Amino acid sequence: MRAINARHVAIALALVALVSLPAWVGNTYYVNVASQILLFAVFALALNVLVGYGGLVSLGHAGLFAIAGYTAALMLDAGHGHFAADVLAILVTLAASAVFAVLALRSTGIGFLMITLALGQIVWGIAYRWASLTNGDNGVNVTTRPAPFGLSLASAEAFYFATLAIFLLAVVTMMVFVRSPFGASLRGTRDQARRMNALGYNVWLIRFLAFVVSGFWTGVSGLLFIYYNQFISPQVSALTTSAEVLLMVISGGTATLLGPIAGAAIVVIMKNVVSAYIERWNLVLGVVFVVIISFMPEGLVPGSVRLWRWGWQKLRLRQNGVAARPLEERTP
Amino acid sequence: MSVWVLLAVNSIALGGLLFLLSAGFSLIFGLMRIPNLMHGSFFMLGAYFGVTFLDRGINFWLAALMSGLAMAAIGGVIERLLLRRLEGQILPQVLLTLGFAFIIADLCLMVWTGDPWQPPTPRHLQGAVQAFGIFFPLYRLVIVAVAVVVAVALWLMVDWTRLGAMIRAGVDDPPIARVVGIKVSQLFTLIFCLGAALSAFAGMMAAPFLSVYPGLDFEMLPLALIVVILGGSGSLLGALVGSFLIGFLYNFGQAMFPDLAYVILFLPMLLVLVLRPQGLFGRVVS
Repeated sequence: MRAINARHVAIALALVALVSLPAWVGNTYYVNVASQILLFAVFALALNVLVGYGGLVSLGHAGLFAIAGYTAALMLDAGHGHFAADVLAILVTLAASAVFAVLALRSTGIGFLMITLALGQIVWGIAYRWASLTNGDNGVNVTTRPAPFGLSLASAEAFYFATLAIFLLAVVTMMVFVRSPFGASLRGTRDQARRMNALGYNVWLIRFLAFVVSGFWTGVSGLLFIYYNQFISPQVSALTTSAEVLLMVISGGTATLLGPIAGAAIVVIMKNVVSAYIERWNLVLGVVFVVIISFMPEGLVPGSVRLWRWGWQKLRLRQNGVAARPLEERTP
Repeated sequence: MSVWVLLAVNSIALGGLLFLLSAGFSLIFGLMRIPNLMHGSFFMLGAYFGVTFLDRGINFWLAALMSGLAMAAIGGVIERLLLRRLEGQILPQVLLTLGFAFIIADLCLMVWTGDPWQPPTPRHLQGAVQAFGIFFPLYRLVIVAVAVVVAVALWLMVDWTRLGAMIRAGVDDPPIARVVGIKVSQLFTLIFCLGAALSAFAGMMAAPFLSVYPGLDFEMLPLALIVVILGGSGSLLGALVGSFLIGFLYNFGQAMFPDLAYVILFLPMLLVLVLRPQGLFGRVVS
């Protein structure tokens, strides 16, 4: 009971901190960074449905993200209203997710990953080369932000609160999703696909639905992205974006709710800090990948804790003169 | 008329290049089941190495060979020291190779800048050959010839030599292969080096007519992927047929629907996935 209370307190504190954030950071730049973190956290949570709970690693989600963004941006560019543009964008993204899922789920594991990679590249190819539709490398401008219920989102603070609301909605949905029977069956298909099949579950259908759910939230984050940036270019659909979001998911620890959120914060902050000093973001991204995989494969947050503990224990053992046992024996 | 013939010649030449690129990918991804997302980077880095050697006044073929060897060494080190520890774990392998792909891309940008490099076609390979009243550019024919030689050599190696038999045994059943005394681990490193070297060699051969520029890596990686999915993973014949198919599709697509040429490339892959997921020449894995 006490543990639950502590948890409730932590959640309440986090909520208060998030809601009051514009008041205490006091600078538009940091409010914008916070908006970025939240919108990418929605994206990472969406990808985590597949990567963490479904065991299906997708490298094509930047494609879905860009499909939502481009659909809305082009609709707005053609003079349609925000509501129509956003609804159509979500519908198109859902349809694209279904197509992606049907094709990629011909296979699992490495095949799934490679097919999603190729599908993502198709979207990039359309965005970049089909200039008469997408304006090619010049991208599409989004001149206005929507004003839901008559509230303008033009200021950084207003946009932050809108993003926060959607982010919280996404988190609550994910919590419900993870605890639902469907979430449990999805984890079942990840761990024991054959047994799930033998138990009468339609493994393919479960994975398909998970893909579409993931696609939906990816689309939502895509919309947030274009309204935040007020611009979209083919760069958004590039493999780098898929890789960045995958890094968010794995750096925080997969198959957890908090992991992708922490990962989004880490990656967005790192990107903003690194980009402020040097132009070598891709190099840093690559090195982080290699270091994480080589030294803390369970994720950045649990990995750092383990390494820190390991170093601490070694130090203590040396002081006490106790012979060091291998780490594997102690960790569960 | 002659435009179409020229397109066909270009298609065959591109097909040859794609085969050199995807033969290595087929070995690494198709046989060893390692999702090597660095393959396009090997291609680009190999091209940059070759161009640099050429710049120092080294003979074209020697430069291509040297860049292949350099890439084999780099690939070998990465495989031996890092990838090997992740055997059978797909997600970490993907992230590791992706990480290296980003590192290589950024280092190339630092060293060779963002401007494209296009070495001249070697002098003895310039000019054209006349046959049936049409001029064929010599260099394109050379590429096709090299691809055919490599294809035959690989086929002989995999299907007819003791080494090939050992590789097939190591892929089909590693524990049993180890029991009968085959050093599977070293064999796999060897294949990885071979794949890396072939990719670098392909990059060098491509440099005189594709030129080398940042972003080439992630342009070539999906092409290798399409070829292998199309042909069937692990099948050299499949890679050969797939390469030429994609070569034709790319050139004719470029001529007829320039906006959509890149997207058209993926259509046969999608069709194959729906109708015949194991690929045109792939084995059905039980």
